[in-house]
Amino acid sequence: MTTAQPTPASFWNDTGKTGITSWIFSTDHKRIGLLYFYSTFGFFLVGVLLGLTLRLKLIAPGLTFIGPATYNAVFTVHGVVMIFLFIIPGMPGAFGNLIMPIQIGARDVAFPRLNLFSWWLYIIGAAIVLTSLFTGGGPPDTGWTFYVPFSARTGTNVSLAVLGVFTVGFSSILTGLNFVTTIHRLRADGMTWGRLPLFVWSIYATAWVQVLATPILGITLVLIMAERILGTGLFDPARGGDPIMYQHLFWIYSHPAVYIMILPAMGVISDVIPVFARKPVFGYKMIAFSSLAIAAAGSLVWGHHMFTSGMSDTAILVFSFLTFVVAIPSAIKVFNWVSTLYKGSISLEAPMLFALSFILLFSIGGLTGLILGAAATNIHVHDTHFVVGHFHYVMFGGTGFAFFSAMHYWLPKFYGRTYAEKPAIVAWALMFTGFNILYFSMMVLGLKGMPRRYYNYLPEFAPLNLVSTIGSWILAIGLVIMLVNLFRGLFRGEPVGSNPWGGATLEWSVPTPPPTENFEEEPVVTHGPYDYSKAGVP
Amino acid sequence: MNHAAHKDYGGAKLGMWLFLFTELLLFGGLFLLYAVYLSRYPHEFTAAGRDMHVGFGTLNTVILITSSLLAAMAVTAIQRNERRKVLFLLGGTILCAAIFLFNKYLEWSAEIGNGIYPNSPRLASGPPGESVFYSLYYLTVGLHGLHVLVGGTLLAVVAVRVKRGTVHSGDFVLLENGALYWHLVDLVWIFIFPLYYLIL
Amino acid sequence: MTHDTTAHHIVSYGRLVTVWLALLALTGLTVWVAHHNVGIGHVWGSLAIACLKSGLVVTFFMHMKYEGRLLRWLLFMALVTLAIFIGLTFFDVLYR
Repeated sequence: MTTAQPTPASFWNDTGKTGITSWIFSTDHKRIGLLYFYSTFGFFLVGVLLGLTLRLKLIAPGLTFIGPATYNAVFTVHGVVMIFLFIIPGMPGAFGNLIMPIQIGARDVAFPRLNLFSWWLYIIGAAIVLTSLFTGGGPPDTGWTFYVPFSARTGTNVSLAVLGVFTVGFSSILTGLNFVTTIHRLRADGMTWGRLPLFVWSIYATAWVQVLATPILGITLVLIMAERILGTGLFDPARGGDPIMYQHLFWIYSHPAVYIMILPAMGVISDVIPVFARKPVFGYKMIAFSSLAIAAAGSLVWGHHMFTSGMSDTAILVFSFLTFVVAIPSAIKVFNWVSTLYKGSISLEAPMLFALSFILLFSIGGLTGLILGAAATNIHVHDTHFVVGHFHYVMFGGTGFAFFSAMHYWLPKFYGRTYAEKPAIVAWALMFTGFNILYFSMMVLGLKGMPRRYYNYLPEFAPLNLVSTIGSWILAIGLVIMLVNLFRGLFRGEPVGSNPWGGATLEWSVPTPPPTENFEEEPVVTHGPYDYSKAGVP
Repeated sequence: MNHAAHKDYGGAKLGMWLFLFTELLLFGGLFLLYAVYLSRYPHEFTAAGRDMHVGFGTLNTVILITSSLLAAMAVTAIQRNERRKVLFLLGGTILCAAIFLFNKYLEWSAEIGNGIYPNSPRLASGPPGESVFYSLYYLTVGLHGLHVLVGGTLLAVVAVRVKRGTVHSGDFVLLENGALYWHLVDLVWIFIFPLYYLIL
Repeated sequence: MTHDTTAHHIVSYGRLVTVWLALLALTGLTVWVAHHNVGIGHVWGSLAIACLKSGLVVTFFMHMKYEGRLLRWLLFMALVTLAIFIGLTFFDVLYR
């Protein structure tokens, strides 16, 4: 799996098993975590290429080097790959698996074989999705949201793609089930709920959303297949069906899904900021509570995706109000992170830079979410590039940047080697700059009226589209520098000890890289996760 | 660190219950649709309900309730180390599952023979609410039937392990979890029965 | 490691059979109610009986009576979640 072998007697080699089959059939949460990391990140890069293709098409109006059908397929697959094959499985699957069991003082998750099965379901689902791109009627062209009636009628390979997503969803459910059980049952002695790292709290809240919301996605996808294959007509007005009911079912999952995306990311930030500010986190209990509150309240707001669908005015009012409610616990977290920084001893290494920019970018995304959540303003910006800008700020500027922060923060622990700081900072600066140019332009374009998912646009939108595409290139260059630097470091960089960042959570108390069993003896926990007094830091 | 493979009985049970919650929500989506369309087409739903085979439905309800009893008794039996009784009871449960599925086959054959199936010409020419009722019926009962098949298979696997002795009075969480899954199958039908057969 | 203190409660055959008889009786009741109450009002009655039946299955067949508070709360939260999904949808469906 790697070229440079890290220090001896770690999970890389202490079981004596090192071939590829020892990895893809491993039940060790660390190996599974890395399997998830490489597979999900690989799909992220595929999604990036698709995104760059879209931006290239949109660099000037009237370009036709890809046809309209292809364009529809590209934005559909970009969405499906990024959402179902990267963001949703990525953070829980990769970092949840790598980090959470060690942080609670456990040897592994509650159901290690189920954990492996989850990864295989993900791979099989991804393979099915990929197959749907090259067989039958070709890649789906419905948008990642698969709205009826088009998804029921289009000749493209919707059924197969949707089956693939169903499989990936089942993987997500099993991961959530595994993590809830693990956190309830396998905490070490002394690891009370009040001493859990906030990353674990966020993984816990996420796991609940995975368990309770994903089944609705499952049945919704089955219903699409039933519409296409059996002709059930449940969403066909000509046969008594209601297409808005599809939207309800779809968003009942897909809105909580965005909290599956953001909660673990927030957990990373909650762990990184105290370490790099050398200060215990401000308001631990409120952040933990807010994670649960976001998961709960986030399940009540799905209708804000449907304000223009023909839904009743009463529902519009109810969902708009509830959407404002869910902003509150997110804001609490932002205030607490900033308060943690106040009078802290801040050091700006790569994990911290990504974490700090997360706060800004997530806040912009969140505030624009309020504009979308207010029904009146929503009418103006629904289905415009304003929405595209909003969700990229939260999903990419939020979860994406948190993912990059986690990569720099934790991967050296598992490889035993680290990246070079200066190129990482350069990469971050390029990515931050490119990101804002790329997506802020979109929000302005949206306000001016440029629709989303359209093949072409009016000439008056041309200048900002050009700016946006240039931003995408700056971002891409930064991304390449970041990846080259990071992976060169992990495989050939300077060795690191067990606690390069001075963290106080349990993963820093085990050797670097950790042994398969994680702990020689089950730890007894005597202090909180952000206790930076001498006794706290291993 | 104790490397012996210790089993967490409570954890295994918690995991199974969490899985049952996901099944609850999976069927929940279909019940949500039912609730919405019932409120929209009350007359067509009752009319279609009257055409349903209440006899088959009631018989199947009794069969599933009985199968649930047998599965629950099997758990008691293994706790009391009454191995042969366990096999007998599990066999009974699986037999009930088979009869249930056979009844379903008869019922559906009759209905399909009458031109009642998703997107059939007869339903296409009838009132829209009726077509919706039957689409939901086939999807819900079909998905449930799939779970009966899976549950029956699962219990058969458990029975084999009981016979071999790998599931026994000291370690029977597999049987208990299998029985939990089976009870879920019964629970879903407890709601399907009145909503589809007694909506008169 | 959290130690498992769940005593393995054994539910007697007698008790299980009693529950089974109750379930059969309730099944008969719900069929009777359906045939003697015309109109949509009896949907709530059928649902109430179904809830009672499922309560018996969960409590006795599925041993919930002998489980800890955690599991009971979790089941409650799952049911509340489904209820919320259906309830909020009806804010749309009822007021179109």
